[in-house]
Amino acid sequence: MVKHILVACGNGIATSTVVATKIRQYLAKEGIDADTTQTRLTEVPGKVASYDALVTTGQFFGETSGVPYIAGMPLLTGIGTDAALQQLKDALTN
Amino acid sequence: MQLDERLGFVKLDLGTSKAVESYLANQLLKYGYVKDTYKTALLDREKEFPTGLPSATPAVAIPHANADLVYKTTIAVATLKHPVNFKNMGAITEDVPVEIVIMLVISEPHSQVSMLQKLVEIAQNPVLKAQLLQAKDRQTLIKLVETAIN
Repeated sequence: MVKHILVACGNGIATSTVVATKIRQYLAKEGIDADTTQTRLTEVPGKVASYDALVTTGQFFGETSGVPYIAGMPLLTGIGTDAALQQLKDALTN
Repeated sequence: MQLDERLGFVKLDLGTSKAVESYLANQLLKYGYVKDTYKTALLDREKEFPTGLPSATPAVAIPHANADLVYKTTIAVATLKHPVNFKNMGAITEDVPVEIVIMLVISEPHSQVSMLQKLVEIAQNPVLKAQLLQAKDRQTLIKLVETAIN
């Protein structure tokens, strides 16, 4: 089944584009069928419930309706990238 | 992509992140890259969703605003004479002492994926960051960034 990942940043344009691309490349390599949708952080609460995981670059305070949340900053800064990607994979495969 | 030498700024000494961003936004407006509402949008966005990227020093900030306020995609680059605190994108109560500002002026983000990735990688490249800080003129600064993203 295709996994759907919501990727959010301040405007839903710049850093979420970088992070979403990294996520798709990684999951393709891992053989996980997934797509990404980009959005603004402010729109996350209204959208997140129908996704399998949420990744944000900016700080996220809100409710995720039980959807697994992975902090996306490591995918931007390169500090802790592998751990963040592993966390995402675990969230999608468990 | 070719960058505009007029958008390189060496050793700006403006004191605050707001002053640096306002200065860069004014230059972008002057050269016709953005709408006149860009600066306000940029400053508002920085308050709500800051753009300091935590890293080993020197740290980089990547301010940007809505694509619909941009006429033409480009990058403005500034080195700062003294570090200026931006808030951390991932932890907005924390300060990041920024020495390099890379302003993303993007009209169509999805056609600029590779450029965006390469710009973010600059923040992870200590050698390049040192070269940027050593640049003595705007031409050198812009050339370094142009080489990195192409």
